[in-house]
Amino acid sequence: MIEIRDLKKTFQTEKQFVHAVNGVSLKINDGEIYGVVGYSGAGKSTLVRCINFLETPDEGSITISGAGTFTARNGRLYHTAEGSTKEVPAGDRQLRDLRRGIGMIFQHFNLLDRSTVAENVAYPLQYTGMRRADIDARVRELLQLVDLSDKADAYPAELSGGQKQRVAIARALAGNPRILLSDEATSALDPDVTESILSLLKELNTRLGVTIVLITHEMGVVKSICDRMAVMENGRIVEEGNVYEVFADPQANSTRRFVGASFGLSNVGRLQESGFITVAPDTRLIRLTYGRESVGEALISEVSRIFNVNMSIILANVEILQDMPLGGLLIQASGDPLAVDQAIRYLEERNVKVEVILNGVA
Amino acid sequence: MEWLETWFPNVLAYWDKFMESCIATLQMFLIGGGISLLIGFFFGVVLVIARPGGIRENRTAYRALNFFINTFRSVPFIILLIFLIPFTRLLMGTAIGVKGAVVPLCFGCVPFFTRQVETALSTVDPGKVEAARAMGSGTAGIVLRVYLHEAVPNLIRVITITAISLIGLTTMAGAVGAGGIGSFAINYGQNLHHQDIVNVCVILLLIIVSVMQTAGSTLAARTTNRALFRKGGNTK
Repeated sequence: MIEIRDLKKTFQTEKQFVHAVNGVSLKINDGEIYGVVGYSGAGKSTLVRCINFLETPDEGSITISGAGTFTARNGRLYHTAEGSTKEVPAGDRQLRDLRRGIGMIFQHFNLLDRSTVAENVAYPLQYTGMRRADIDARVRELLQLVDLSDKADAYPAELSGGQKQRVAIARALAGNPRILLSDEATSALDPDVTESILSLLKELNTRLGVTIVLITHEMGVVKSICDRMAVMENGRIVEEGNVYEVFADPQANSTRRFVGASFGLSNVGRLQESGFITVAPDTRLIRLTYGRESVGEALISEVSRIFNVNMSIILANVEILQDMPLGGLLIQASGDPLAVDQAIRYLEERNVKVEVILNGVA
Repeated sequence: MEWLETWFPNVLAYWDKFMESCIATLQMFLIGGGISLLIGFFFGVVLVIARPGGIRENRTAYRALNFFINTFRSVPFIILLIFLIPFTRLLMGTAIGVKGAVVPLCFGCVPFFTRQVETALSTVDPGKVEAARAMGSGTAGIVLRVYLHEAVPNLIRVITITAISLIGLTTMAGAVGAGGIGSFAINYGQNLHHQDIVNVCVILLLIIVSVMQTAGSTLAARTTNRALFRKGGNTK
């Protein structure tokens, strides 16, 4: 478990203070894949880099099961061992011990170019007292795990982006960490390669039980593998929760934009601008989002029949999130305004989220 | 040997002196270069890790070292030679000969080489350093296993450049009594009007520099991408 409490980190540039992380608290459970999304500059990268203290927080504390609690006060770091109450200044030794238990992968892979794939993977194992033969065996095992056994003697320059990230993943897992931090690990990859890296991460999460904290600006990444997620904006977490629930019912504005962007329904704006959608008087443009309970029900025709309103579907979309369907519809509803009101209420009673996007005026 | 007599009669006449000069130059180069290599490497590493944002940020050390380097780099070597005479005498007991030349050679070479090492190490992607930190490497580990390891081709290049410029410095040191090829060219070539002696010195230096440059470039290319080398000797 990773528990972050009231974490703060401020950077000082020449002209101003940047509150990169401004009072973040969150709890990540063992074995889950936790996604942190946000636009660039939201502070998500700083947040994840505070977990292994590549960045020293100014204030706040982080408890990691097996590693104890690290508390920052005034930019200084203190450590309390698990089961102990004695707090000592955290020095290089505590940090290095902690980091050996946390793997990390990066957007640009950060492999050593002058070392072979096998040498790169062996990096965290060397100089730890492990025997040469044991290291070799472990490296072979890791390369098998990421399906790169045949590339052991290749150099990074000979690999594709996806293969490089696989090597980086093997390297990050070499020391059997219980946590894997992923800092935009798929952002430099093609969509199909991203897909394969994500399924590898999911597989490792299932097989090894490694907790994964991944930050990304792509909602698609979160959608495809995360269990829970947080949305960051201006150094704060503006929304947090189960991925399905966040998608089904986003609250914060930036979450809505993220969800919209990955949902296809955000095309409304463009369709409107280009004149494909015109809203006549007494017509409303409505977005419906419906969860697992309502999918498949013939709600639209039902409503249309009961209340005598015209409902024409402009866009429709169904996503599968965590093996559950999540549907979205964009419809134009026209008819007697009172009847439309009733129709909307009827839908809401059946757990459909209704948003009126545009109201045609007479 | 007949061609030697025809083309370079005076060189043959002063053969012993010539050999002596070559050995003196070699000594200055090896001793001065060896010491400069060690100190320059150390200072270069210190600059890179102590600079703002470095892995062992230390403003005082960084500024002090920068000041030292800038000061000595801004003094032309020929002035530095004279300027350092009292100090050299104090340190070595003499200001002439190979012994007297080593001190100013180091002062002339170290700042230059330090900057070169700093530049070479700065080409190492900070992401690699960050990855090493994330894997639990300490300062020594990062310096040896990331910085120095990844920068090998660039380090070879800067060592080559520095070695060539050091040859130049040793000949200048010859002008103020250090001996070596430089002083041989001045004292026996220029002053005694034996143009052939000057010519031989030029040819010799040309050969030395060419050999160094070729060796350095080849080695740098071969260490850049070991994969290409391995695949069939094409060193790009």
